[in-house]
Amino acid sequence: MAEVKLIATTDSLFCARIEWALKLKGVEYEFIEVDIRNKSPLLLKYNPVHKKVPVLVHHGKPIAESLVILEYIEETWKNNPLLPEDPYERSMARFWAQFAGDKCLWGAWEAAKLAEGEGKVKAIESTQESLAFLEKQIEGKKYFGGEQIGFLDLAVGGIPHSLSAMEEAGGVKLLDAERFPSLHKWAQNFIEVPVIKECIPPREQLLNYFNTSISYIRSLSVAKP
Amino acid sequence: MAEENKVKLLGFWNSPYVRRVELALKLKGIPYEYVEEDLKNKSSLLLKYNPVYKKVPVLVHNGKPLAESHVILEYIDETWKNGPPLLPQDPYKRAQIRFWASFVHQQLFETMPLVFKSDGEAQEKALKEVFEKLSVLEEGIKNIFPGGIQIIEHENVGLLDIVMISVFGPYKVYEEVLGLKLIDPEKTPLLFSWLTALLEIPVVKDSLPPHEKLVGFLKFIRQDALNSTSA
Repeated sequence: MAEVKLIATTDSLFCARIEWALKLKGVEYEFIEVDIRNKSPLLLKYNPVHKKVPVLVHHGKPIAESLVILEYIEETWKNNPLLPEDPYERSMARFWAQFAGDKCLWGAWEAAKLAEGEGKVKAIESTQESLAFLEKQIEGKKYFGGEQIGFLDLAVGGIPHSLSAMEEAGGVKLLDAERFPSLHKWAQNFIEVPVIKECIPPREQLLNYFNTSISYIRSLSVAKP
Repeated sequence: MAEENKVKLLGFWNSPYVRRVELALKLKGIPYEYVEEDLKNKSSLLLKYNPVYKKVPVLVHNGKPLAESHVILEYIDETWKNGPPLLPQDPYKRAQIRFWASFVHQQLFETMPLVFKSDGEAQEKALKEVFEKLSVLEEGIKNIFPGGIQIIEHENVGLLDIVMISVFGPYKVYEEVLGLKLIDPEKTPLLFSWLTALLEIPVVKDSLPPHEKLVGFLKFIRQDALNSTSA
């Protein structure tokens, strides 16, 4: 009976974040893969509210929502801290983590899923404006956390990988190396770190997922009478 | 001495996000300077301090700005350790509070505008969703208030209470504008007694926007939205 269980899928960057945090802190855990499309009973038991992954189960008690889980992990296993000590710096990490998810990841998804047109152009512009803010944050630093991987690295970590697959599936260029050299460099370094590399969803899986979703979404708008 | 620990809050009278931060500052007894922003004509101060979102609330502490209410609330809790804590000590309890605060904010608060801005079938659908989510919340917070709720003391008001009040504190205003019961003591008795207990606390009650002013504002929003869709 493992003390720490992670209920997850292998193609989710939100799940990868949790694995990264656990591995960086040397926490042993049992990875329990679930089928989210068929609402596995385990998922309904441990996350009845959202029925989503990841869910961390510690001593039988479930915690859902990836950023909530990261804070829980940070507060429970105090070695290798992910957040800085200073309250203002901690707040900055949290602020940028939320921003990266809301504006960069979801913004990119908007840009990718839309068919050619004004909406798509606007979404691309808006996402690149957001990426520019992130570029400023990483300029001159090895990681967002400084010399060590931190909370913000984990929150942003999956984004370049996701974006690359979204770009191919959606026919857009968002995170180009010329415009965002620091972000690009950070992304390349980050993905090579062994604990990060071993948990990242294979690009093929992501590409497959985005291709399918985008075809479906675009077919809906074409099918209108 | 005056410059040390100087706190400024950029806000707007009708922003629930701003109300959260003000309530937290008042509960902790933190003195602050309030600056009302005209959101149609944003000040250069706001644009300087929140270039990313250009929104309120912005908390400025010793010249350093912070945006996003949930980030600000945690900052307040970590910086001013005197006065009542906004989060419990236990990591699991903290996780529960954060989870439900996020639920109230994302699942409930963000679906409320549609209830005001629609009528007929569209409004019925939006209301159904709100009631379903209120039921989920009712069920979910049983773990947080295992013995039910009678009285809440000033020093026990925390982050989840603050978020709940910021969204549903004015529920009587919403009920007046919509002409229906939103927080029904029979359907959601725990939510009803929670809000009732919180509104007994003077500093919480005072944090609500003026009743008539909010009624007027919401009626205007509703009329405006309904007019534009029926054009």
